[in-house]
Amino acid sequence: MSSIADQVTRSSVAETGVRAGAAETSAPAITLPATGDRELRLDLFRGLALWLIFVDHLPPNFLTWFTIRNYGFSDATEIFIFISGYTAAFVYGRAMLEAGTVVATARIMRRVWQIYVAHVFLFTIFLAEISYVATNFNNPLYSEEMGIMDFLKQPDVTIIQALLLRFRPVNMDVLPLYIVLMLFLPIILWLMKWRTDVTLALSAVLYALTWHFDWYLSAYPNGTWFFNPFAWQLLFVFGAWCALGGADRMSRILSSRITMWICIAYLLAAFFVTLTWHIPQLSFLMPKRLEQWMYPISKTDLDVLRFAHFLALAAIVVRFLPRDWPGLKSVWLRPLILCGQHSLEIFCLGVFLAFAGHFALTEISGGAGLHFLISVAGIVIMSGMAWIISWYKHSADKNSKKKGAVGNADMAGGG
Amino acid sequence: MRSYPVMILGLTLLAGLLAVVPARAEDASPNCEVPAYLLTSENALPKVESAIVSERRLEILVVGSRSSTINASETNAYPGRLQAMLKEALPKVAVNVSVELQVKKTAEEVAGGLVKLVELRKPTLVIWQTGTYDAIRSVDPDDFRAGVDEGVVALQSAGVDVILMNLQYSPRTETMISAPPYLDNMRVVAQEHNIPLFDRFAIMRHWSDAGDFDLTSTSHGVDLARRVHDCLGRALSKFVLDVAHVNPAQQN
Repeated sequence: MSSIADQVTRSSVAETGVRAGAAETSAPAITLPATGDRELRLDLFRGLALWLIFVDHLPPNFLTWFTIRNYGFSDATEIFIFISGYTAAFVYGRAMLEAGTVVATARIMRRVWQIYVAHVFLFTIFLAEISYVATNFNNPLYSEEMGIMDFLKQPDVTIIQALLLRFRPVNMDVLPLYIVLMLFLPIILWLMKWRTDVTLALSAVLYALTWHFDWYLSAYPNGTWFFNPFAWQLLFVFGAWCALGGADRMSRILSSRITMWICIAYLLAAFFVTLTWHIPQLSFLMPKRLEQWMYPISKTDLDVLRFAHFLALAAIVVRFLPRDWPGLKSVWLRPLILCGQHSLEIFCLGVFLAFAGHFALTEISGGAGLHFLISVAGIVIMSGMAWIISWYKHSADKNSKKKGAVGNADMAGGG
Repeated sequence: MRSYPVMILGLTLLAGLLAVVPARAEDASPNCEVPAYLLTSENALPKVESAIVSERRLEILVVGSRSSTINASETNAYPGRLQAMLKEALPKVAVNVSVELQVKKTAEEVAGGLVKLVELRKPTLVIWQTGTYDAIRSVDPDDFRAGVDEGVVALQSAGVDVILMNLQYSPRTETMISAPPYLDNMRVVAQEHNIPLFDRFAIMRHWSDAGDFDLTSTSHGVDLARRVHDCLGRALSKFVLDVAHVNPAQQN
């Protein structure tokens, strides 16, 4: 049997045959896209999301103006979670059809474990940084802010809460969300195998109930998860739904001109609203009624306005960027695509680099020039690392082929 | 002395340096300009206006946390500076600024006690500085908003004008304390109840970006804190007068 990784990364005629055969025997509600080619647009935009998340995690600077959160409601997190849902369903959905539910579940659990370990690794780096600041920084202007160090007085409790994912430092909220979503992926896929549309409907119901009853996961020392999994699952499941045939069924709606104009109108309106945040002089133009109805636009619970904004963006992108666009193979987009193909590693590296960049900025205080340099250096390092990983996997795959060993589904950048 | 001209040149240069360096930030009255849009508000302070114009006395109560003080030098903290600068601007008005510290309390915990404080001190204006402790404890932003909301409603029904003051800009702890949800929610509450918000965060960030202050300094001395609080007091006094539509020149 050829590995899932091979099927996703390479196109091969034989493999399409295998898939078609499997689909016939199990006759599930899912239809996998009829292609063996890797969908490069997904990699491109996931890579872009990773870069944007990195830039957004640094203090605001020149490059921050290129991140989409300045031009509308949604930001890179939406792209990341949606594409993660899409690719996870694509890779493991196929595994479920071919190897069965149990094996697919085991593979997903292994992936969950990898993400968990990555999260704990990042937490260790955070602990080192905060301990350094606690011992070296004692400015009376910030005596209150230094209260954040109090948890160092109880390292036992803090570390256990961190391992339980209840204590999360700033900017380390995405991976715990991702872990929980992946943990429920077997159930999502299993339901989707039965009825794709019903699963999406159930997900929407859960989202609505979460808003109505204010469900949340509590955090330590108090508060809630910054990304509420009960709400964000909608985007993840929606991604999975698109991967398992939903996108094809939506193609009529997506190609209609009315949809396009609605999307453009909504994006423009959102752009105008965000403009009033950056140029407060404009805020008098905003009707007070609208402001009171609209704000706050909750990121924690994935506000409907954010979700709609992401949908509009995605619809426009799908319309104007065909999957066979030759530019996707160009050298210039290669770094982005490579980053997107190794999302977990590059995500972690990005979080680490953002920490390191923050640290360098506060230590050296070199102004805007240095700031720009750090941002660019971070992106170059991320791309270089993605290239190395990709080179390594490529040669490792070759070796394992010779020995006839089964490849690794998780390395396909799935999930 | 052979090197006389050289010495003169050296002294001149030194004098020049001394004249230039303080102008950057080290001076007693430092360069800490604030963009005009950060010192205005579409909302008004009608009670403050009438207190200044007709009653000629203004009682201000600052309710705040540790960041409203500097260890062991209270007159130098921003409430003390605010009083000094308002007195200077309004010599014929009896201005008094008092401070009520609510250390290590969330907005929700402070909100419950606000009315009692107002009954006790009888201020015309309450400046409520909050958000930092909630951000450190990462209190649920919705709970935080509810707390601020409750406090503002209580103050308004107790018949005082209210100004909200948000968090400090603190670059060193930016990776540890997430300020944005708390900043956003304070802005929302201010909008809902038509009260002015003194955007301490944006003002301090502006100073940091403009190079007026090095807020990442590891110095343990109180000097930086004093200078920042002096500037905050200055900005706050301008803000109060502007929002209350009081022109100091007409009051003298």
